[in-house]
Amino acid sequence: MAGILLLLSVVAPSCKKKGSDQDVKFVAPASFPQPVYNMAANPLTQSGFVLGRKLFYDSRLSRDNTIACGNCHQQFASFVHAGHTVSHGIDNKLGHRNTPALVNLAWSYDFFWDGGVHDLDLVPPNPIKNPVEMDAQLPDVLAKLRNDSKYPGMFKAAFGTDEINTTRFLQALSQFMYALVSANSRYDRYVRGETKLSSDELAGLALFQQRCSTCHATDLFTDRSYHNNGIQTGISDSGRYNVTLDPADIGRFKTPTLRNIEKTSPYMHNGSLHSLEDVLDFYGASVHYSPTLDTVLQRGGTTGITLSADDKVKIIAFLKTLTDDDFLKDPRFSEQ
Amino acid sequence: MKKYNLYILALVAIIATTASSCKKNSTPDGTGSVTVHFDNRYASTDLALGTAYTTSNGETLTPTTFNYFVSNFVLVKSDGTKYTVPKDQCYHLVREGVDSSADLTIQNVPAGDYTGVQFIIGVDSAKNTAPVSERTGDLDVAGAASDMYWTWNSGYIFYKLEGMSPQAPYDSMMGMAMMYYHVGGYGGMSSATINNIRTVSLTSGTAAQVRSGHHSTVYLYADVDAVFNAPVQITIAANPGHMFDQYSTTISANYADMFSINRVTND
Ligand code: HEC
Ligand code: HEC
Repeated sequence: MAGILLLLSVVAPSCKKKGSDQDVKFVAPASFPQPVYNMAANPLTQSGFVLGRKLFYDSRLSRDNTIACGNCHQQFASFVHAGHTVSHGIDNKLGHRNTPALVNLAWSYDFFWDGGVHDLDLVPPNPIKNPVEMDAQLPDVLAKLRNDSKYPGMFKAAFGTDEINTTRFLQALSQFMYALVSANSRYDRYVRGETKLSSDELAGLALFQQRCSTCHATDLFTDRSYHNNGIQTGISDSGRYNVTLDPADIGRFKTPTLRNIEKTSPYMHNGSLHSLEDVLDFYGASVHYSPTLDTVLQRGGTTGITLSADDKVKIIAFLKTLTDDDFLKDPRFSEQ
Repeated sequence: MKKYNLYILALVAIIATTASSCKKNSTPDGTGSVTVHFDNRYASTDLALGTAYTTSNGETLTPTTFNYFVSNFVLVKSDGTKYTVPKDQCYHLVREGVDSSADLTIQNVPAGDYTGVQFIIGVDSAKNTAPVSERTGDLDVAGAASDMYWTWNSGYIFYKLEGMSPQAPYDSMMGMAMMYYHVGGYGGMSSATINNIRTVSLTSGTAAQVRSGHHSTVYLYADVDAVFNAPVQITIAANPGHMFDQYSTTISANYADMFSINRVTND
């Protein structure tokens, strides 16, 4: 009994002093699987988190000091680029993929739509160097930070000395990013027995578990694996194939989480769907066949998932219970 | 201080006498240092970036970048016994045009007569997947290795050859006709994929006589042209550019034999 009480006090989300940086800590929700990120090698500290947040919102990480990570990853939209089909970076250049949400990254095995990067610490060099995102050279970025009046002191607070090196720079960004845990939506409170869902929402949950949760699995709402869900008419973006060069992976993409999905439009790796209604209509009637289309989405001669108009309404009602307002408005995650 | 020195002298003397009394054919004791020097060439001439060369296929190439990683060195004695250099002492990036990058100096090599050197072109899979804190020096992804690392498919670029060539298509962004081979791929993290790690094994008639207080240098030649001719003939016209793709394994099989030992010196 004492053991159970102790466990609860560790995993329960903190209720006091919400929103203050002193309160920053990593809490693994009881309903989630084990985190993947190696926190022992980069433990979350208040000063490390504050440094990571400053870096995340600092446009000096880009070549011409115009674009910060936070430009494309906006908190109110669960850290997607609100309203942008594909990313919009430096010199008004367009990327070729939709910006994914940054939530519960500590549970990810690999990153980006095709999973090309397998360590959160190694994610930032990609947008920083990408010519259509931030287009900077990493040694130049580190030099800017070294010449700044504030950063050396912040690195000292976070890591013991004012040395600014690659490891510290990347680990600070990771501390901010892995602290972005979303687990206080109405759905989570329902799971914890703290609130009730409406009958439509519950019916939607049941339908979701039958039709969608093979891929959008567990309370992370992703199986963290790769599937072709038939979103592309032809194959213009080969997805996972670019990383593995295995023809079976052509057109496969990482299953995205559905947390805060109400806020992350437009949807899919190419941003081609604009509302949840569009998404459900797509799964019901417009799933495109190609040789790698997931077998779950192939039934006899047809493709897609059987969904009545009523099913769609209920599934959408359920999906909206995944909105976590505390997360979307948490002042600790905002630009200061 | 003096006392201490005397003590060490005494110790050395004891070790020396025990060693010589135990073994009839006395092997040298202690450790020495070996420098492996990388001298990039184009066929029979010294390589200079910005100079036009005629390839063995009769095409024209003006190299603008020629960089490669070497690592996992093993030194082989004349009797076949091997000394494996500790991995973290020998991840080395050779950059044509940067003189200091031509030399890899290995300290604390056990004394002996070495006639062989083995290494890989590239970076082993363990290092390709190591935590960022273990990627220092030539492996620093935001430092020395920042242009020898793929950020979107994380892994080191093992070999990078870029150059201007009239046989390559005109690149409007660069404003010239460019060829490029960026070769990497260590076998994959969560799914198996291409592996371009290539092993090199070279032997020399002259031994590097490693002794304490002495220094040996192994001068290697690396011939850029090797990538175009064997075992497969690769023309710039047919293959002007490759990065992470299946054909890159053909390219790495060709450049795997670009090295030869030119000479060995013992100082
Ligand atoms: C120009 C817009 C843009 C900027 C600036 C940007 N990102 Fe992103 N981010 C994206 C896009 C688009 C993707 C998806 C790319 C892909 O999968 O090919 C992405 C993916 C990610 C992911 C992977 C998420 C996942 O679940 O796979 C992380 C983490 C991330 N970005 C963090 C950052 C950080 C840190 C910075 C600043 C150093 C940053 N981003 C800057 C647009 C941007
Ligand atoms: C076969 C696995 C699979 C099944 C079953 C599945 N999905 Fe997906 N889902 C995916 C993949 C993979 C993507 C990303 C596809 C892409 O962009 O190429 C995705 C994308 C989405 C997105 C867009 C998310 C974003 O951030 O852009 C939503 C919303 C979604 N699915 C909802 C559902 C719902 C609701 C169901 C059940 C009716 C369902 N999915 C069934 C695999 C699946």
